[in-house]
Amino acid sequence: MTTDKRVARQDEQSPAAPADPKVILRPAVDIFENDHSICLFANLPGVPEGGLHLEVDDKTLTIQGDIEIEMPADMESLYADVRSTRYRRAFTLSSELDTAKIAATLKDGVLEVTIPKREEVLPRRIEITAG
Amino acid sequence: MFGSITNWENDLFDQFDRLRREMEDVWGSPGGPASIRASASGSYPAINVGASAEGIDVYVFAAGLDRDKIDISVQQNLLSISGECMPTQPEKSSAHRKERFSGPFRRSLSLPEDIDPDSATASYRNGVLHLGFKRKAEARPRKIQINQ
Repeated sequence: MTTDKRVARQDEQSPAAPADPKVILRPAVDIFENDHSICLFANLPGVPEGGLHLEVDDKTLTIQGDIEIEMPADMESLYADVRSTRYRRAFTLSSELDTAKIAATLKDGVLEVTIPKREEVLPRRIEITAG
Repeated sequence: MFGSITNWENDLFDQFDRLRREMEDVWGSPGGPASIRASASGSYPAINVGASAEGIDVYVFAAGLDRDKIDISVQQNLLSISGECMPTQPEKSSAHRKERFSGPFRRSLSLPEDIDPDSATASYRNGVLHLGFKRKAEARPRKIQINQ
């Protein structure tokens, strides 16, 4: 391996992921819901923890990630399915979600975001007392 | 312009994207003839290939794979990468969107003739599988010294 390495970034042309500044990748997501929370999985291959920006702002959840890949300094692109180094996608959140308690993990390029529902909207079991 | 996190019915951009993909499937993408092994646009996983004087680097964008279940083989100069993405669904939950690929996948590509298949190195980091191949020694650029 050559020791001369560089890292792909959005603001420069990089053969590992040739960047067209107009192109923003739209990550594929799965969204699941159960009684207590909403769980979102997003595929962000190439994004390290430091390249991930999660933002909750006025009921909008924005996911942004920048791909960082080390590559030989003299590399030229032969073929590219991925033509940008930035992922972005946004979702509107509904009011029963507790945005203060969002938890997120990033592992092997998979982002997992869990948004709990507010306690007052959780389903409650109503006991029936014998009359 | 945002899709609601729980409502996927009227996501206009998804619909446009689907339409564009379907049109590409019917007429093919514009331009000249494609490689015989080229897969349709949108096939999984996405691949980028770069060339340097030293060799060829292949980047496979496949998040969340189990390292032990990625199968990489080189036969002659045909590189094949296969594996399986296991679906993840939390218990007792219902799905609003399921866009992430799950199930078995396979992609193949021909490496240039001057690549030494025995030189392959592979690493998996942040959801990107990186395969490095060196050129055969005789194909690498050599610096020629001028005698005094």
